[in-house]
Amino acid sequence: MITGAEAIVRCLENEGVEIIFGYPGATIAPLFDKLSKSSIRHILVRHEQHAGHEASGYARIRKRPGVCMTTSGPGATNLITALATAYMDSVPLVAITGQVSSDLLGRDVFQEADMTGAAEPFTKYSYLVKDAEDLPRIIKEAFHIASTGRPGPVLIDIPVNVQQEKLDFIPAGPVDLRGYKPTIRGHAGQIKRVIRAINGAERPVVCAGGGIFAADAQEELKRFIETVNIPVISTMMGIGAVPTAHPLYMGMLGMHGKSVANQALSDSDLLIIIGARVSDRAVLLPANVSASTKIVHIDIDPAEIGKNLSTFVPVVGDAKEILTQIMEAEPAAKTDEWVGLLKAKREKLKLDYAPRKHGINPKAFVNMLSCMLPEDHIYCADVGQNQIWSAANCEVKTGRFLTSGGMGTMGYSIPAAIGAKLADPEKTVVAVCGDGSFQMQMMELATICQHDVDIKIVVMKNDKLGLVKEIQKKSYKNNEMAVDLTGSPNVVAIAGAYGIPGRSIASLDDAEEAIAEMLDHKGVYLLECIVDENEPSL
Amino acid sequence: MKHTISVLVENKAGVLSRISGLFARRGFNIDSLAVGTTEDKNISRITLLVDGDDYIAEQVTKQLNKQIDVIKVRKLNQDEITRRELVLVKVKMSATQRGEIIDIVKIMQGEIVDISHTTLTVELSDRPEKVDLLIELLSHYNILEVARTGTIALQKGAESV
Repeated sequence: MITGAEAIVRCLENEGVEIIFGYPGATIAPLFDKLSKSSIRHILVRHEQHAGHEASGYARIRKRPGVCMTTSGPGATNLITALATAYMDSVPLVAITGQVSSDLLGRDVFQEADMTGAAEPFTKYSYLVKDAEDLPRIIKEAFHIASTGRPGPVLIDIPVNVQQEKLDFIPAGPVDLRGYKPTIRGHAGQIKRVIRAINGAERPVVCAGGGIFAADAQEELKRFIETVNIPVISTMMGIGAVPTAHPLYMGMLGMHGKSVANQALSDSDLLIIIGARVSDRAVLLPANVSASTKIVHIDIDPAEIGKNLSTFVPVVGDAKEILTQIMEAEPAAKTDEWVGLLKAKREKLKLDYAPRKHGINPKAFVNMLSCMLPEDHIYCADVGQNQIWSAANCEVKTGRFLTSGGMGTMGYSIPAAIGAKLADPEKTVVAVCGDGSFQMQMMELATICQHDVDIKIVVMKNDKLGLVKEIQKKSYKNNEMAVDLTGSPNVVAIAGAYGIPGRSIASLDDAEEAIAEMLDHKGVYLLECIVDENEPSL
Repeated sequence: MKHTISVLVENKAGVLSRISGLFARRGFNIDSLAVGTTEDKNISRITLLVDGDDYIAEQVTKQLNKQIDVIKVRKLNQDEITRRELVLVKVKMSATQRGEIIDIVKIMQGEIVDISHTTLTVELSDRPEKVDLLIELLSHYNILEVARTGTIALQKGAESV
């Protein structure tokens, strides 16, 4: 007989878990006790929310569920923002939370929170374990649900007495969930309709979303657009689905997107959406998509198809599989004129990389940064103006651009970078944030130091919550309220207090040398860039 | 427009909460929800009456299908189903009114299931419209309480969800 805690550790090892991001507490203590004897590495975070974000960064790069683990009550509720962030961006997580003893459930005892209830809208599925015998099956199911179909976070809430309970460990058999059988292969009839739509199109455009990465379909997408000669635009989550410098890539669409991308969308006669939700940030007014544009929507989640845009051909399935099926049918379209037109527009786009009188031009800076990084670097953008600057100006080649797309969670970049670096230590990983978002995650500098995580941190400092300031300027008669960050610390000195080297630059003239210094430094480094507070997002 | 949706779910804790939460969260209006076990004790049937256009009905169906514990979802065609609701109505009456009420119950093919000196409790199991009608007829007297189940429905003939 072994304890529930030992069974959990054994199951996690069987699932191939390498790292757990966590924070201990009383109701998860039995599990931490047994985890100490496991080969699984534990990364102690400094706030539970970041355990979730680090697991997210890890999952997106490692292509398997990230695991985070916290205690009950506040430890668990602190995870909720991270679960919601992962849920919106379809990132596979398995979150394990301690819970008060099952005989005390519902009595509002110390550190009790109804975690399965609280997290319900933000999890793909959740379990409250009542019996230790169920642990092998539940953990196996949790990993299966998190990583298959449309990926997402799964919560396992485990009362402390269940962790202590003795059981005969019997490994779980194959997962059998009769209500959960994701469709992988596209329906043959629908594929035929897609081919007909492509063959008849004069102005087709592909809109690539985060689903391309979830399905690991970058190669198939590239082959498809190159063979048929179709221009491609992306959502924020789809940045890097094809290299940003690819001649057929017209940029990110939407309210913060490129004009040529939005034009491609509005002028197209066939829009092929692959693995995207068509959210309000991407297509502000679905009505703007021309009524004559036929829409093909490819997604593994049937509930996303037709939710925000009415669809001509819905195709449910895995993006990689469906792109392969489409290619087997050898589609062809006459698109030369259309592609030529868009390419010409793209050539004419003016990039505003001129130096500024005060501070650094952040657009020029992030472009320079991404070009100086190795081709396969991982770029983690935070939320705010820095996200818009990064999304619009970064060059992504064979690496990844990670950001909180759906939820827009400030404080995502540094923990995501930590997770990404631990998932693939060979890669250069950079986190770019603002001075607002930096202060939502700066406690993780300790995590970085404790576990010797070599990431590069860039803080865009304008002493303002810049994106909100812009909204106030535009829609609230310039009434600046609560966007002034006076009182913030010197971030280079803060880094110094952790023993992290860094420097501050205020001119684009110094940028190249400063970036080189940061990249040459072995180990974590923080670079502060002074930006004028009136620098616009676009 | 009213849609009747039949949902087969795993009979386990938390399922109903997930489903009712889904409706609240996504702003779907449910007129009624009835839940009970089926011939298989591991499976419950939820019958939903949803108010909305075809877009809403489709969204409801898709979001329900997405739930891990939902085994099957079927939007039932209003003309091809048998629908039933059960109602209990407690009416306060004077001795002179008793005969009239008993007449109404007879005509409606209901049943008197409890009687006291001053009250009658009427039971009716029928189509929702008939249940509405009974309540309307009895509302001319003094209705003390109404307890009504949601609509349940099955397809006519040999077909099943």
